[in-house]
Amino acid sequence: MVPELPPRPDKHQAISDTAAGGSAVDQGGHHHEQPTGLLRWLLTTNHKEIGTLYMLFALLMFFIGGTMALIVRAELFQPGMTFVVPEFFNQMTTMHGLIMVFGAIMPAFVGLANWLIPVQIGAPDMALPRLNNFSFWLLPVSFTILLSTLFMEGGGPNFGWTFYAPLSTTYGPPSTSFFILAMHLAGISSILGAINIIATILNLRTPNMRLMDMPLFVWTWLITAFLLIAVMPVLAGVITMMLLDINFGTSFFDAAGGGDPVLFQHLFWFFGHPEVYIMILPAFGIVSAIVPTFARKRLFGYASMVYATASIALLSFVVWAHHMFTVGLPLTAQLFFMYSTMLIAVPTGVKVFNWIATLFRGSISFELPMLFSLAFIVQFTIGGLSGVMLAIAPVDFQYHDTYFVVAHFHYVLVPGAVFAILAAAYYWLPKWSGVYPNVKLGLAHFWLSVIGVNLTFFPMHFSGLAGMPRRIPDYALQFADFNMLSSIGGFLFGISQLLFVAVIVLCIRKKGEKAPAQAWEGAEGLEWQLPSPAPLHTFDTPPEFIPERDSPSRH
Amino acid sequence: MSTSSYYVPATSKWPIISVIFLGFLAVGAGMLMTSGSGLIPFLIGFVGTLWVMYGWFMDVFKESQAGLYDAQMDRSFRQGMAWFIFSEVMFFAAFFGTLFYIRVFALPWLDGEGAKGVTALLWPDFVATWPLMTTPDPSIGGPDAIVNPWTLPLINTLLLVASSITLTFAHHALKHQDRKKLINWLVATLVLGGVFLVIQGIEYVHAWTELGLTLQAGIYGATFFLLTGFHGVHVTIGLIILAVMLVRVLKGHFTPDQHFAFEASAWYWHFVDVVWIGLFLFVYVF
Amino acid sequence: AAINTSSGWNLPPGVTSISQEIFSLHMIIFWICVAIAVVVFGVMFWSLFAYRKSKGAKPANFHENTTVEVIWTAVPLLILIAMAIPATATLKKIYDTSDADIDILVTGYQWRWHYQYVEEDLSFFSNLGTPRSQILGEEDKGDFYLLEVDNPLVVPVGKKIRFLFTSNDVIHAWWVPDLAIKKDTIPGFINESWTIIDEPGTYRGQCAELCGRDHAYMPIEVRAVSQETYDEWLEEQRQMLAEDAAGSQREWTMDELMDRGKGVYNTYCAACHQADGSGMPPAFPALKNNPMMITEEGRDAHIDAVLYGRSGTSMPAYSGTLSVADIAAVITYERNAWGNDAGDRVQPSEISEMLSDD
Ligand code: HEA
Ligand code: HEA
Ligand code: CUA
Ligand SMILES: [Cu+2]
Repeated sequence: MVPELPPRPDKHQAISDTAAGGSAVDQGGHHHEQPTGLLRWLLTTNHKEIGTLYMLFALLMFFIGGTMALIVRAELFQPGMTFVVPEFFNQMTTMHGLIMVFGAIMPAFVGLANWLIPVQIGAPDMALPRLNNFSFWLLPVSFTILLSTLFMEGGGPNFGWTFYAPLSTTYGPPSTSFFILAMHLAGISSILGAINIIATILNLRTPNMRLMDMPLFVWTWLITAFLLIAVMPVLAGVITMMLLDINFGTSFFDAAGGGDPVLFQHLFWFFGHPEVYIMILPAFGIVSAIVPTFARKRLFGYASMVYATASIALLSFVVWAHHMFTVGLPLTAQLFFMYSTMLIAVPTGVKVFNWIATLFRGSISFELPMLFSLAFIVQFTIGGLSGVMLAIAPVDFQYHDTYFVVAHFHYVLVPGAVFAILAAAYYWLPKWSGVYPNVKLGLAHFWLSVIGVNLTFFPMHFSGLAGMPRRIPDYALQFADFNMLSSIGGFLFGISQLLFVAVIVLCIRKKGEKAPAQAWEGAEGLEWQLPSPAPLHTFDTPPEFIPERDSPSRH
Repeated sequence: MSTSSYYVPATSKWPIISVIFLGFLAVGAGMLMTSGSGLIPFLIGFVGTLWVMYGWFMDVFKESQAGLYDAQMDRSFRQGMAWFIFSEVMFFAAFFGTLFYIRVFALPWLDGEGAKGVTALLWPDFVATWPLMTTPDPSIGGPDAIVNPWTLPLINTLLLVASSITLTFAHHALKHQDRKKLINWLVATLVLGGVFLVIQGIEYVHAWTELGLTLQAGIYGATFFLLTGFHGVHVTIGLIILAVMLVRVLKGHFTPDQHFAFEASAWYWHFVDVVWIGLFLFVYVF
Repeated sequence: AAINTSSGWNLPPGVTSISQEIFSLHMIIFWICVAIAVVVFGVMFWSLFAYRKSKGAKPANFHENTTVEVIWTAVPLLILIAMAIPATATLKKIYDTSDADIDILVTGYQWRWHYQYVEEDLSFFSNLGTPRSQILGEEDKGDFYLLEVDNPLVVPVGKKIRFLFTSNDVIHAWWVPDLAIKKDTIPGFINESWTIIDEPGTYRGQCAELCGRDHAYMPIEVRAVSQETYDEWLEEQRQMLAEDAAGSQREWTMDELMDRGKGVYNTYCAACHQADGSGMPPAFPALKNNPMMITEEGRDAHIDAVLYGRSGTSMPAYSGTLSVADIAAVITYERNAWGNDAGDRVQPSEISEMLSDD
């Protein structure tokens, strides 16, 4: 039953991997008996392969979740029940939110972390490679179960991605228990992934690299991982309580037995708000890597970036009830959560200002990663500013649960998080694949995405302000024009993403201009010392790192 | 910083096998809860998961015994374990948060006190007490009586505290290469933990059958079993881990300065112990 | 036709002093955000333009400056404090529900509203008024598509009205933009809110919390009228209630029952069982040619299902929702419409007897 002891890797191998700018390294003789084909991907413990798996999975989920969004948009193209029935519409809205959040954005960032953190800190791999593989493969299982609920009797989750009790407990479809178990698996995956990332960052940095010498992407992920470990268990706790309410007759969320439905919301948002920062902090890290590269100027305010990220993370624990301004909180709670939420604008502003100060008096060029990053800054800021409007509790009585909120969070998530992920892909694809992404396709992808995204989500501000509630399959006539625009934009944006798939396919097939080790002129960091594509195993011996010369915080 | 290279296992079949079994476990559990069928996938998943854990940990032991792990690897394990325990702390924090929210906010509101006191219009006869013997809607019904903290729960507290101490003695013995003492103290810990579980079981049966204290007994029953139940599950896991440690000790594993697996189990056990103290105070006593 | 005082793309200023305060707060903060955006994007785009590599820009070497960093931490903080002060003041007013003239208990149901005038011993349900044919596109949509109800909430102007919100099943949210009230209805708990409406008029809103299938179809219509009209309306309602109570005792004709039953059916049943009784099997069984509805033996089960619902399905119990006359009528209708030919009638008195038996 117990397998043979795995062979010990020879120590001398792969030293040349680390030679600055070295050419591709012969992998022969190293890591014997590498399985091939499908088995290779199933059994791998390599951080690059697992990173790739995560990203491909995220892309697949992005398309599935996006297709669901397009079903939503198709129904909303015109008033009236035109395309799907309300039950199905609710399932689409819910699954769209769940899949995008847990299946697309989070795994995409974890994939980037897997690929990049070890090479950015000079580590041979992730700290716990087997656990890493385990974390990944939990996701396909989890999402297969989640998607299969759509085919169960009574349909899949139809209570919104926030699954408020008692709609999701007493009134939920029978498949809700499967939904909960699927979320448990995804949660375990996230927690273990985060543990791995923290251990890697704290323990596997190359000698001499202090914490304040780490690239910002690593820093943002360190803090994100901390958030994940702190809040995913709370989500696990609350869904467990749901499971008990549904199947074992407890009354946590039922006033008749002494419980409170609002307790569900407190627990959910204690997780949920940090969760939204989990989806943006790594994006900050990406943009902080790309902007200096193409401004050919060092990042302004490295230290304040780190402190700002940490402040955002800490504040994110005490703002959760801004999602609950209308549930009837006591006045003092209302005021506390309003003030704390507004405060988050300060450290976030610091980040935006630092990026702009980096651009200021730089030498700027507009390669694809830079375009996406610049678009990120502008559009994320728009989303952030509408967030500040939402934070004003008395006015949120009018905004809450309208399309104004939908506009807000799509601005921070789609032209925010998604654009940052796309920027990262365009930036590091040369390192991953060895060839530059196709510029023509990339440009078309960029411009169509920018136009599509704004056409989709900008009008939602107006329909929301004018009074359109969210999560409705049918609406009053005066919202018709804005919705038609949003739907057209949604399809434009969605279809443009096929261009991105084309870019990826070309890169995988190595069609394109070959990239040198230092793929971008102004790029800094250990990953650019590796050949492009980076060999499977890198930094078996820690690379040289001289803080005075290499640190992003050097003077 | 060590000069030896960091050990990266080549490939491993365990992760993929274990997710398959976990999938069975989840689907089986879901089926059991929704339709009553599903025992077979559930059992396949359960047994399979146990088997995987055995196999996976065996690999790790072997690698460890073979000296593949250096000090850096050791730190990775330590940090991994420490953060894992932190995640468990947050898991229980959600449950304690529930308990406090119910007691401090929800029940007084239902009884007409505080910011949402108008709620009492809906429950004119309701009186908030803790333990909550009569629920707002009396048809749900609270427990008839509650467990007296100064009987079995007190004994259990003493048992768990004692087990933390005996485990510390065992650890000392390990550090001082006193294998005999190590084995004795470890066995003592296991016995104490085992007796704890037995007593907990007796208490549950007593509560369920004689006190009317069940999961369905309103919010008191719900929080009582939520907290003590998940704690009990963690004691069980802790005991299994400690039992594995005993087996390894008997096989001659661990050296005075290389025994992280043992330490990790001790951390876990102490954590479970601390949670119990919180439970004893806030679930039973106050 | 506009549903509220909104311009069609902005918040409605509304018709209460609170709603107007909220509106101006919204506009102030909006303009502050615009100003911030203009400054931030201005500097950004100017930098992008001025320091292009293609124009030969050489990068400068600075990467830190404590002074500016302190400034751009402090200035946003001050701006936020400036926003928080008026917001706090408004919020405090919103929370002051004391000294109300009228109390109205609003209860959310899947998917309708129930209004109870606490001091008046008057209560009724308020259902979507838009016919399904408009929703399904078989008929042109009216001006107040999805925003019209059968029984609007009627209130007097100039009086402080305190709303008490609760729910019978899941969480809903009662939202009327022109009153700037949006409050969740939490089952088992009560939330409070208040308003003083200055201008007579009809103010429309919707349920704003996902509450299941017909979340989009539970609108709100508030009719604010002068005190006299309000008093008249109250009197009318009381009379109708009295008539209804009397009606449950007398014998109804088939036509009466069918007529009333059709209305009830379309309001309460058609969303699932369809206007033509064809249902949506398997979730929602067809009523047309349903053995239970065309045979004598099925009669008791039929009545039972309507009164007490079917557990484990989405069929709710209507004994607490509908009047006995409504129940009798709708059952009669179901047994005799669409070619169903049971031919029997169910009398209100029969239902009220059954109900008083339990
Ligand atoms: C990536 C995800 C992400 C991010 C980063 C944010 C960022 C913020 N969000 Fe958002 N939010 C969501 C995702 C996100 N949000 C989601 C998914 C929901 C809906 C969930 C649901 O109900 O389904 C939501 C909902 C939501 C609500 C609840 C609305 C409602 O339901 O009624 C609120 C209310 O306060 C809010 C506020 C904020 C604030 C203040 C920020 C701040 O962090 C923004 C800070 C940024 C800036 C302010 C811009 C840059 C700063 C400057 C240029 C400095 C100068 C600025 C000032 C002085 C103002 N968000
Ligand atoms: C986390 C990230 C994220 C992302 C990236 C998106 C992306 C998009 N979202 Fe959404 N959205 C959420 C998170 C996200 N969303 C959340 C959390 C909610 C709240 C859910 C709730 O209320 O519970 C929400 C809700 C939400 C709503 C409100 C629904 C409602 O209230 O009823 C709408 C409506 O327009 C919408 C639209 C879109 C659109 C058009 C996109 C587009 O960006 C999508 C782009 C489309 C594609 C990428 C698909 C491309 C597919 C093809 C081209 C077809 C080819 C097909 C195959 C190859 C199979 N989203
Ligand atoms: Cu009621 Cu939505
Ligand atoms: Cu939030």
